[in-house]
Amino acid sequence: MKTENQKAWLFVLPVLALVAFNALIPMMTVVNYSVQETFGDNVFFWQGLDWFQQILRSDRFHDALGRQFLFTFLILIIEVPLGIAIALSMPRKGFWVPVCLVLMALPMLIPWNVVGAMWNIFTLPDIGLLGYFLNHVLGINYDMTQDPVAAWITIVTMDVWHWTSLVVLLSYAGLVSIPDAYYQAAKIDGASNWAVFRFIQLPKMKTVLTIAILLRFMDSFNIYTEPFVLTGGGPGNSTTLLSIDLVKIALGQFDLGPAAAMSLIYFAITLLVSWLFYTLMTKDDLN
Amino acid sequence: MALELKNVTKRVGAIEHIKDTSLVLESGHFNVLLGATGSGKTSLIKLMAGLDPIASGTVWMDGQDVTRLSTQKRNISLVHQFFINYPHMTVFDNIASPLKVAGMAKSEIEGRVEEAADILQLRPMLHRRPHELSGGQQQRTALARAIAKESRAVFLDEPLANLDYKLREELRDQLPDLFAGRGAVVVYATSEPEEALLLGGKTALMRDGRVTQFGTTADIYRNPANVDAARVFSDPPINTAEIQKEGNTARLTRDVSWVLDGAAADLRDGAYTIAIRPHHVLPFAGTAPSVRIAGRVQVTELSGSESSAHFDLGLPGSNDSWVSLSAGVHPYEVGEMHDFYMDPSAAYVFAPDGSRVA
Repeated sequence: MKTENQKAWLFVLPVLALVAFNALIPMMTVVNYSVQETFGDNVFFWQGLDWFQQILRSDRFHDALGRQFLFTFLILIIEVPLGIAIALSMPRKGFWVPVCLVLMALPMLIPWNVVGAMWNIFTLPDIGLLGYFLNHVLGINYDMTQDPVAAWITIVTMDVWHWTSLVVLLSYAGLVSIPDAYYQAAKIDGASNWAVFRFIQLPKMKTVLTIAILLRFMDSFNIYTEPFVLTGGGPGNSTTLLSIDLVKIALGQFDLGPAAAMSLIYFAITLLVSWLFYTLMTKDDLN
Repeated sequence: MALELKNVTKRVGAIEHIKDTSLVLESGHFNVLLGATGSGKTSLIKLMAGLDPIASGTVWMDGQDVTRLSTQKRNISLVHQFFINYPHMTVFDNIASPLKVAGMAKSEIEGRVEEAADILQLRPMLHRRPHELSGGQQQRTALARAIAKESRAVFLDEPLANLDYKLREELRDQLPDLFAGRGAVVVYATSEPEEALLLGGKTALMRDGRVTQFGTTADIYRNPANVDAARVFSDPPINTAEIQKEGNTARLTRDVSWVLDGAAADLRDGAYTIAIRPHHVLPFAGTAPSVRIAGRVQVTELSGSESSAHFDLGLPGSNDSWVSLSAGVHPYEVGEMHDFYMDPSAAYVFAPDGSRVA
C-alpha cells in the first residue's frame, strides 16, 4: 500500500537553505550588480544588458579568454597523458606503494599562494635555484619578469608540478581496481602492451579520467592565486588570465557592474564547457 | 597435441606451491585436475599457461620446449571460475578479441565467431554487452572465445563453480562435445569428484601441490594408489578401519577376522588400514566369500532404490561408523544390532603412510 504525503520536503529543506546561503544569494547579488551602475553610497542606476554587451565586445575580454583557453588546453594536454603514464609506471603492490602515493600527494598539500611564491623565488634569475642555473650555468637567457614566453613556460610548468598528481592518483585508483584476471585474459588472447592499455586499462580508467579532466578543467579555468603570486599577470598582460583580469576590473578599477557581468559570462562558459565534456564522455554509458 | 610437464616446481618465497610434478596431458579426452581448494590446481594451470614463473623444470607443447615462451605466444585459452569478459565490448567483440589481436581477416573472424556462437547458442546475444547477460551466458561467451580461437590448449579452471545447479548440469553435459575433435589439450580443474567421473577421460588427483595419482578416471576409481584416492570417488564415504595382520589372518575387532590371500597375505605382520566401498558391505551374505560384522545401526536412509545404514563397528575407543549400501529396501531398526557382510577381496589395504599395498 503506497501512502502519499509531503513529508519528503522536510528532508530537502536543510539542503535548500544551505544552497541558498552559499550559492543562490551571493549569485543573485552578482546578478543585481551586473545590470546596474553604482558609484558607491548604495546609489544604483539601471543599465539593463549594457555591461554584458560591453564585455562581450571588448578586446580585453577576448584576449583574456583566449589566454585562459590556451592555458587550460596546455595544462590538460600535458597533465592528462603524463598523469596516466606515471600511474601506469607506479607499483601495484609492495613497500613502494605508500611511498609513491605520499610523494604524489605532497604538491597538492601545499597552499596555493605558497606554490606561487615558491616558483617565483625558484625561477628568479639571480637568486632562484632554477633561474640561476639556467642563466648562469647553462647560459640560457631566462627571465619570466621580462619575457612572456618564459612567463608562460613557468606558469604551465608550475601547474603541471602542482596538479599532475591529481590525475595520477585518480588514474591509479582506476588501475588498481582492475582484477588480475583481466590482464591474464589479455595475455592469453595474445594482446600487446598497447592493446592491454587501449582495451582494458583505458576503458576501466574512463570514469575516473572524466572526473580528473573535469576537475582539472574547472580548476585551471578558474585559476587565480598561483599566477597572481608568480607573475601578477605580466609581463605586460601576457599572463593575465580571466580571473586576474576580473579582479583587476572589480577591485582595481572598482567597476562593479562590468565585473559582475564578466563573472556571469565566465561562470556560464565554465558551466557550458563542463556540461559539454561530461555529456560527450558519458553518452555511451547512457545508451 | 600433447602438453607435457617435466619435473616442474613453483615457489613463492620459501614456500613450494607446486612440488616436483611431471605429467603428460593429451588431446582427445578431458584431463581433469581434481583436488580440494588450495591443492594447487590453479597454480599448475598458471604454470602451464605461462602466467606464473616456473622455479625449475620444463613445459613442452607438441615436443616444443615452451618454458621460456611468453603466454601471448603459446596459443592457449583459459576460462576462469569467475566470468571474465571485457565489459565494454559486445559479445561478438569478446569472442573475436583473440582473433583480432592475431590480425585475422575480417571475414574469417566473422565465420569463426558465428560458428562458436551457434555451438553455444549465443547467436541472439552477439550484440549485447556482458552485463546484459545471465551468468550462464557470460560463461558461454568465455567458452566461445576459447573455441573460436582454436588454441593448442584449453584450460578450464572450475568453469561451472559459479553457475546455478541446473545450468551447471546443462553445460557440463555439453562440454565434452564442445571440444571433441578440435585437437586441443583440454585441462579441466575441479574440486568435485562427481564432475571428474561424469567428464571421463583422465584424472590427476592433486593434494598439497602434488599430483598424487594420474590415470584414466575409471582406473583411479578401481585402483586407488593411496587412501586419499580411495576416498575421493566414494559417495557415501568409503569405510576405513585399522586391522592387525598376523600370519595370514587379518583382525578387525575381537570377533571379526578373516583369512588373507593374494598380495595381502605376503605383507609383513603389523597394523594396516583397509578401505572398502559401502556397496561391498551388505546386509545379507552374498555369493562371494564374506565376513560377518555385527554392528549397532545408528542412522538409516532409504531412497527409491537403495538402502544405506550407518552402523557402529564396536571398536573400543573409536567412534568410527561404517556404511552399508545395498539395493532394495531393508528393514533396519535404529539402535538394534544387525549383521552385515563384507567381501574382503574388495577391500584395499594401505600401509600406515597411506600408500596402497594390496
